[in-house]
Amino acid sequence: MEIFEVTFLSLQVSAIATLISLLIGLPFGTWLALGNFRGRSLLLSIVNTGMALPPVVVGLLVAMTLWRSGPLGGLKLIYTPAAIIIAQTVISAPVVMGLTAAALSALDPRLQQQLLGLGASKLQMVWHLWREARLPLLAALMAGFGSVISEVGASMMVGGNIKGQTRVLTTAIVLETSKGNFDNALALSALLLVITYLINLALTLIQQQGKRKIQ
Amino acid sequence: MIEISNLLIQRNGRDALRVNSLHIQRGETLAVVGPNGAGKSTLLLALARLLRPAKGEIYFEGKSLKQWNELEYRRKLAFVFQDPLLMDMSVEQNIALGLKFRGAEKPHIENQTARWSEAMGVESLRARQANQLSGGEAQRVSLARAFVLEPELLLMDEPFSAVDPQTRAQLLQDLSAVLAQEHRATVFVTHNLEEAAQMGDRVAVVIGGELKQVGKPQEIRQNPADEFVKQFWL
Repeated sequence: MEIFEVTFLSLQVSAIATLISLLIGLPFGTWLALGNFRGRSLLLSIVNTGMALPPVVVGLLVAMTLWRSGPLGGLKLIYTPAAIIIAQTVISAPVVMGLTAAALSALDPRLQQQLLGLGASKLQMVWHLWREARLPLLAALMAGFGSVISEVGASMMVGGNIKGQTRVLTTAIVLETSKGNFDNALALSALLLVITYLINLALTLIQQQGKRKIQ
Repeated sequence: MIEISNLLIQRNGRDALRVNSLHIQRGETLAVVGPNGAGKSTLLLALARLLRPAKGEIYFEGKSLKQWNELEYRRKLAFVFQDPLLMDMSVEQNIALGLKFRGAEKPHIENQTARWSEAMGVESLRARQANQLSGGEAQRVSLARAFVLEPELLLMDEPFSAVDPQTRAQLLQDLSAVLAQEHRATVFVTHNLEEAAQMGDRVAVVIGGELKQVGKPQEIRQNPADEFVKQFWL
């Protein structure tokens, strides 16, 4: 039963973190790609650096923020699934943001003018640019999910790997390995790989379907 | 219909276009000619309010563009670029795009799409994906996508420069026929003098970021405003 709980929690926290990252990353990445403002290059470089944030560093910073003595300690989120979601969002949001900005920047810049020249509102323009870039945007989603389902450092530091509460697949693998239960660790690793593969397979099929339609 | 006064457009911090005065009447086609980089496309982008003037004013129906609601104004015009810039969807969906932006009713969209795909000779291609079209077909779809809106102001930026000479001649002929029937103001940018003379009721010559002369082709040929215009017109 525990393996079911651990798997479900892994999927739950990573899916919610990816969804929140999408809600933050898609509009912000779009603004970075289409905006014309001072400091844009600086912001882009910060986001690109954020794409390579080490999960353990994110875990440490989020843990320090959520600890009882930390600035958000009063929320009592440390060692809860919510804390893992926050940490994973910090990891995944820059990935979605950076790849969204890259996907939209790769479009012909005259497409914006063409859409506006046909009477599109700003929102209609953005929607159609997303539509044009839907394949790389789906890749951004896959990369965002991949960055959190497989991370262990942040989940361990802010979740505490508490049985039945915050234990996820990656932290369970670490625990089983440290106990010398390599069979269990390998079985959990295989399960994680299969889940990750199946989710990416589904997203890839959607992506390829889109590609076929384009061709 | 359109009036420009003391216009200065800057791009990347540099003066890109100066127009002291220019009027465009309803029902008129103004062909804008000039060498590459002269500022012809800048004029179109300014007319579409996609570039803001550093100085001067553009008036549409007697009201400064600054006073027009941006979206309301842009929905009175249609822009055809040098490349077709079709969206990744079917030909029919591409042609209907601007009408959908305006929230047009479905029967109106269907009627207009059918009418203009027939007028531009792309009726048989309606179900096809845009990326399966040849250059000439794509440009016809791009024109249909603009005409379907029945804009008051039609802006075209060298729409036939990317197609082969035979297709170009046919497209020019078709476009001339459509423009003769539809009484709208059209600004047609080209670097081809023959095309300008064929399409334009009047021709505007832009050289070195400045509108040098506006007039009938034969007037410009006989009385060029300066040596630059004379050289260009040779």
